[in-house]
Amino acid sequence: MGMTISEKILADHAGLAQVSPGQLIIARVDVVMGNDITAPVAIKEFEKLGLDRVFNPEAIVLVPDHFTPNKDIKSAELAKTVREFAKKHKITNYFEVGRMGIEHCLLPEAGLALPGDLIIGADSHTVTYGALGAFATGVGSTDMAAAMATGEVWFKVPETIKFIYHGKLQPWVGGKDLILHTIGDIGVDGARYMAMEFTGEAIDSLPMDGRFTMANMAIEAGGKAGMFIPDEAVLEYVQERAKRPYRLYKSDPDAVYARVVEYDVSNLEPQVALPHSPENARPVSQVGNITIDQVIIGSCTNGRIQDLREAAQVLQGKSVHPDVRLIIIPGTQSIYLQAVHEGLVETFIKAGAVVSTPTCGPCLGGYMGILAKGERAVSTTNRNFVGRMGHPESEVYLTGPAVAAASAVTGKISAPQEVVG
Amino acid sequence: MKITGRVWKFGHDVDTDAIIPARYMNTFDPAEMARHCMEDADPAFASKVQKGDIIVAGKNFGCGSSREHAPIAIKAAGVSCVVAQSFARIFYRNSFNIGLPIFESPAAAEAVQEGDVLEIDATSGLITNLTRNEKYQATPFPEFMQQLIAAGGLMNYVAERVKKVGV
Repeated sequence: MGMTISEKILADHAGLAQVSPGQLIIARVDVVMGNDITAPVAIKEFEKLGLDRVFNPEAIVLVPDHFTPNKDIKSAELAKTVREFAKKHKITNYFEVGRMGIEHCLLPEAGLALPGDLIIGADSHTVTYGALGAFATGVGSTDMAAAMATGEVWFKVPETIKFIYHGKLQPWVGGKDLILHTIGDIGVDGARYMAMEFTGEAIDSLPMDGRFTMANMAIEAGGKAGMFIPDEAVLEYVQERAKRPYRLYKSDPDAVYARVVEYDVSNLEPQVALPHSPENARPVSQVGNITIDQVIIGSCTNGRIQDLREAAQVLQGKSVHPDVRLIIIPGTQSIYLQAVHEGLVETFIKAGAVVSTPTCGPCLGGYMGILAKGERAVSTTNRNFVGRMGHPESEVYLTGPAVAAASAVTGKISAPQEVVG
Repeated sequence: MKITGRVWKFGHDVDTDAIIPARYMNTFDPAEMARHCMEDADPAFASKVQKGDIIVAGKNFGCGSSREHAPIAIKAAGVSCVVAQSFARIFYRNSFNIGLPIFESPAAAEAVQEGDVLEIDATSGLITNLTRNEKYQATPFPEFMQQLIAAGGLMNYVAERVKKVGV
């Protein structure tokens, strides 16, 4: 019987010839990742084991990115715990402020997540690496602790839903719009416990940054993984980054899927997910007149160079609306530097935006852009739950970077065409 | 083991930001997190909940982030277990790993009302509604997970394994 890409990666890492959905396996992982919020809890659990070493210091990646640069004393203590653990266990893939980035932008960029890998991260958006053809999934801190000790994790082999996107995308429509449309269709538990596999003509021509955005939000449909079959674009991306071997898997023609969902996306408009759920997605033309106080462009979902280019294209020669605060957060230091070289940062600052060092900050209501009671934000992040970005009575509207930038200019939720014609 | 407690009822898709908002996650002190448990779903919850109470909710409970702080906050608030129509997968794993009993039962999620008193047989998964005199069956745990429970949780299981085979 044929297997999907997910089943093949899980089988190989469990030393099995074949696995099927529902089967419980113990598999070896290639990468174990944690951040400044989840790693301290894992470190506490790991230390209870009384081991003097982790299973493989090179396979552990620690990225303080959520509340760093430290937002307060308690956060400073968390970051310190991670720093000292990295030093003690000679974990070289520890990324300090100034050399760091938002974890899910950073790992692919640094060649630490590669095609065919089995990766766990104590962060739900670990699914992002599915864009490379890796099986990557989020776990909690205790699972991270166990994996740091043994290099092994237990998994239930998930069923897979195959998504086929037919047609060619309109201008200003990208990965964020595809995934919001998909979550709007299947709901926030539409792929619960399942792998999502993204295929079709529109995916073949989608640039890597758009694929990272889609894989990233698989979790917003309850997905365990968001898989892409690696192609030329992936090879080009990983070739100069990889420092260890990798393997390209693809699904067999006779692989079995729980279901197949097909969309014609030729006429898909930019999407907006209304409060307070990513499944409240609709075309930007149907949102109505929504005035806003703040715009965030960044995060592990949309903080990559192409996202910033798209925002700059809209903001070029324009000014941020007087009633709006526009906060732009490049995903990593090298994305930031690239944006400086390309003149994007100058465009942003001239338009009246703030450009921040990489951090998850406002996405989860940490800092660097918290909303007051009754305030509304347009954000390129991934969640718009109650209280996600600040006060429980604030609101977050999720969009891609082009709509976010256009909205910053007009002061209300707007299609990019309203600003750039 | 039998769990008995009074029910607090919640709806569908209760996310981890509602269970423990990230603004309180600059610490992982359970007592501190308990004070803010379910705050963005019901701001008065932490002051109302009594030791042993049970949360009953709809589908996809615990969706969103991977924060283990969510089941830790619920447990530290004194909640004895969570019954839901279904659970988001990371929350499901995390609850297991930190020793918060959870039961998947669409029938219970549908029929149970706030204030009902439930008695749950944690081994068989049989849920008895003492207020309404009804019974519901929770989905049994897979065998491997029962081994984890028998070992006293994931870290105890890992400690045994590390002792046996090394790392």
